[in-house]
Amino acid sequence: MKRLVPMWIAIIAGFVMLLSAFFPITESLGETVGDVFNVVAAIAFILGAGSLAKVNLAKISRRDQGWGYAAITLICFAITLVVGLGKIGVPPNTQFPLLAWSGEKNADGSIFGWIYEFALVPITSTMFALLAFYVASAAFRAFRAKNLEAILLLSTAFIILLGRTFAGVVLTGWLPDWASGLRLENLSVYIMQVFNTAGNRAIIIGIALGVTATSLRILLGVDRSWMGSGD
Amino acid sequence: MKPSKAWVIIVSVILLLVGIRMSIGQGMARAYVERVDQSVEVKANDKHGASTEKWTEWHSVAPKKFEAAQMADQSQTKIVFSLANTIGLWLAAFFTLAIFSFLYRDNPGYRLAEAVIIGVSAAYWGVVGFWDTLVPKLFGALTPTLVHDQVLPSLPAPSIGQVVAMYFALALGLMLLMRLAPKGGWISLWPIAFIIGVTAGLKIVSHVESDLVAQSVATFKPLVQPVVGAEGGWMLWPTIWASLKNILLVVGVLCCLTYFFFSVEHKGVAGRAARIGIMYLMITFGAAFGFTVMGRVALLAARIEFLFDDWLWLIDPAGKRIVEVATAAGSMLCWW
Amino acid sequence: MSKLLSILESLDRRWIFLAMAISVAGPILYIGITGKTLPETPTPAARAVYKEIEALPPGTPVLLSFDFDPASGGELIPMATSLVHQCAARRLRMVFIALWPLGPQLIDETIKRVILADYPDLKEGVDYVNVGFQSGNEAVMKVMLTDFAKAFPITKNGIAVGDVVALQGIQRVLDFPLLITISAGYPGAKEWIQYVVSSSGGKIKMVTGCTGVQTSALYPYYPNQLSGLLGAIKGAAEYESLVNSSLAPNDTSAAIPAKYLEAQRRMGPQLGAHLLMIALIILGNIAYFAQRKSKVRATS
Repeated sequence: MKRLVPMWIAIIAGFVMLLSAFFPITESLGETVGDVFNVVAAIAFILGAGSLAKVNLAKISRRDQGWGYAAITLICFAITLVVGLGKIGVPPNTQFPLLAWSGEKNADGSIFGWIYEFALVPITSTMFALLAFYVASAAFRAFRAKNLEAILLLSTAFIILLGRTFAGVVLTGWLPDWASGLRLENLSVYIMQVFNTAGNRAIIIGIALGVTATSLRILLGVDRSWMGSGD
Repeated sequence: MKPSKAWVIIVSVILLLVGIRMSIGQGMARAYVERVDQSVEVKANDKHGASTEKWTEWHSVAPKKFEAAQMADQSQTKIVFSLANTIGLWLAAFFTLAIFSFLYRDNPGYRLAEAVIIGVSAAYWGVVGFWDTLVPKLFGALTPTLVHDQVLPSLPAPSIGQVVAMYFALALGLMLLMRLAPKGGWISLWPIAFIIGVTAGLKIVSHVESDLVAQSVATFKPLVQPVVGAEGGWMLWPTIWASLKNILLVVGVLCCLTYFFFSVEHKGVAGRAARIGIMYLMITFGAAFGFTVMGRVALLAARIEFLFDDWLWLIDPAGKRIVEVATAAGSMLCWW
Repeated sequence: MSKLLSILESLDRRWIFLAMAISVAGPILYIGITGKTLPETPTPAARAVYKEIEALPPGTPVLLSFDFDPASGGELIPMATSLVHQCAARRLRMVFIALWPLGPQLIDETIKRVILADYPDLKEGVDYVNVGFQSGNEAVMKVMLTDFAKAFPITKNGIAVGDVVALQGIQRVLDFPLLITISAGYPGAKEWIQYVVSSSGGKIKMVTGCTGVQTSALYPYYPNQLSGLLGAIKGAAEYESLVNSSLAPNDTSAAIPAKYLEAQRRMGPQLGAHLLMIALIILGNIAYFAQRKSKVRATS
C-alpha cells in the first residue's frame, strides 16, 4: 500500500502530462496538473524553511558544536519571515490604498526590501565571487600539460581566455585579412561553433537518451528507486 | 618574511588606507532617501465612502541628488540622510569583507555571514512562495472573499475546476509538510510521487523533441557547403572553410557519441573514433573552463566595484556623486 | 633558478589570491578614475540578438524572463540593462516575468534604472508590466503554453493580468513573437528551449543572455533553436556597444550614461584576471616539469 499508491500516482500524473502533449483533448487536464504542481512547489519552499528551522532547533537544544551560529540562523530566519509575511514597513498599494495587505512586500522602505539589499545581495554575490580565487589557485596547482588531452584542454582555455578579451586583439590583430581566421578572437568563435558545439551536442544527445529512458522506466513502474528502500 | 607577518602588514596597510579615506574628501558610505508624499483619491463603494488617502514614502536616491538639493537649498528636507540605509551599506560591506576573509582561513566573521544567509534566504524563499504563488492561486481559489477583500481586489473569481484542483494541491502540500512531523512522514511519498511523475512526463517529450531530434537534425549538414560569390560562382576558400567547418562538426558529434557508446569495445575503428571524441571533449571542457573563469571574474569585479564605489567612494563610474572622487583617490594614492 | 622553483612549488595559495585581487582591483580603479573602456567587436551571436529585437515593429509584445538572482548579477545585470534599453528604444511592449524567486526584485531595479530614468513616457501596465514570479519551474512553462493568465494570474502590483493593457491579445506564451531570457541556471534558457521553443513549431523565437558557466552548453542550440546568444560578460559588452552605437551613433563614450557602459567597464578587470590565469598556469607547469626532471635525475 505504502509503495503501490505512490507508484500509481507517479504513473497517472506522468501519463497525463505525456498525453497532453499529443492530444488536444487532454491539454486542459495537463494544464491543471501543471498548475497543481506549481502550488505544491510553492509549498515545498515552506517545507524547506520548516526543515531548516527543525534542524537548527535540534542543534541548539543539543548544544552541538557551533550551536551559536544555528541560533543566529534561526533569529535571521524568524526576522525575515515575520517582516516578509507581515509586510512590515510596506507602503500601501497606490491602486488599492485601503487594503492593508495589498502593498508590495519588498517596496522601497520595507524591512524585507532592506534585508534583500543589504544582506541577501552582498552575501550571495560575494560567495559566488569567491570562486574566482579558487579557480586561480586550482589553475596554478592542477593544470598540468601531462599528455595530449591535457595540452588540448589547456590550449583551448588559453585561446578562449585571450580571445575573449582585448589581449586577443593586441596579440593577433596584426594578422592580414586572408589569415583573419587565425586571429584569437575569431579562433575562439570558431572553437565555440565547431568543437565545443560538437562536444556539447553529443553530451546533450546522451543526456536526452538517458532522461527519456529513466522517465519511461518511472512511468511504466519499472524504476521505483525514487521511493527509497524503506517501507 | 613569514607569511603571517606579511599578512599582518598588508591588512594593517589596507585598514590604514580605509581610515585615511574616511577622513579625506567627502567621507564615504552614506545613503540618502527622498520623501515622496502620496495622495490617492478613493472612490466610494458599498464598503466605504469616498476619501483621500495620504501617506509618505521614502525612496533611495544617489548622493548626487542630495548634493544637488543641498546646493540649491541648504535647509531642504526633501532629500535627507538615511541612518537605516547607511547602516545597511556598512553591513553590506562588512558581509562582503567577512566572506572574503575566508580566503585567509575559516573565521567567526565568515561563519556569521554564512549563518545569516542560510536563515535569510530560506525565509525569503518561503515568503516569496507564500505571497506570489500561494495567495493568488491557492488561497485565491479556496478563500476568494478574504483574498479579494484584503490583498488582491482585482483577482478574478475562481472556476469550480480551479477550486477542486487547489483542494487537491492543498492535500498534496499538507502531505508534503508531514515530513516535518515526528510520525507519518511516509505519506509525504505521495506528493513526491506526483512531483516525480509530472517531471518524468514533461521531460520525455521535451528531451526527445528538443535535444534528441532537433539536435540530431542540426548535425545533418552538407559536407560540401558551397559559398556563392556575387558573380554566381563558387568562392574557393570560403567554400573550403565552410565545408571544413561542417565536416569537423559532423565528425566531432559522431566521434563523441562513439566515445559515450559503451556497448561496443573501444578497439579498432571504434577505438580511434572514441579517441578523436575524447579530444573533442577536451576542447569542449577547455572552452567551458575559459567561460567559467570569465563568469567568476565578472562576479568578483562586481563585488570589488561595490567596495570601491558604494562603500569607499573611491571611484564613481556610474556618476552617483557630484564631486570628482578621483581627487580623493588621487590624493590617497599620492599619500601612499 | 632552483630557489625560484622551490618558491613556486611551496607557494602559499593566499599569495595567488592576493594576485587575483590586485589583477581585478587595479583595472577597476584605473577605469573608475579615467572612465576609459576597451573597444568591442561584436561576434555574430551578439549581433543576432540585436537584429532579432531590431526586426520587431514598435508595439510588438516581447516576453522578458529574468531567470537569475543577485549572485549572478555581475554578469547578467549589464545584459538586462542593455536588453531593456533596446526594447524600450524600439517601443516594444515588454512583459517581464521571473522563474527565480529573486527575479522580480531585479526586474524592478532594471525598470527603475532604464525605463523610469530614460523613458518616462512609457506607461506601466500599457508599455511594460512586471508580472512577477511563479514557482514550479518547467511546469510554469507548460501552463503558459496553453494559458498565460493561469500561470501568472496577477501582476506584481496586484492587478489581474486580464485587466492589463500590455497583455491584451496574449492568451498563451506562443503569442509572443520573441522571448528574451536572462539566465543563470535552472530553470533558464535551456528549459525555455526544451519546453517552449521546441514545441512551438517555429512560432516563437528566442534570444538569451547567460552566465559564462552556461555559455558553452547553450552553443549547440544556436542558431537553430536559439536565435541569438550573449555569453558571459564579453557577450554583454559586445551587445552593450552595439546598442549604444545604434542609439547614439554620434556620441562618444563620454556622453553615454555610465549605466550603459557597465559591461564594457568590466572587461578591464577581465583582461587583468585572464592574463594572470595564463601566467599562473604557465608558472605551475614550469614548476611541475622542473620538479619532475629533478626527480628523474635523482632516480637515475
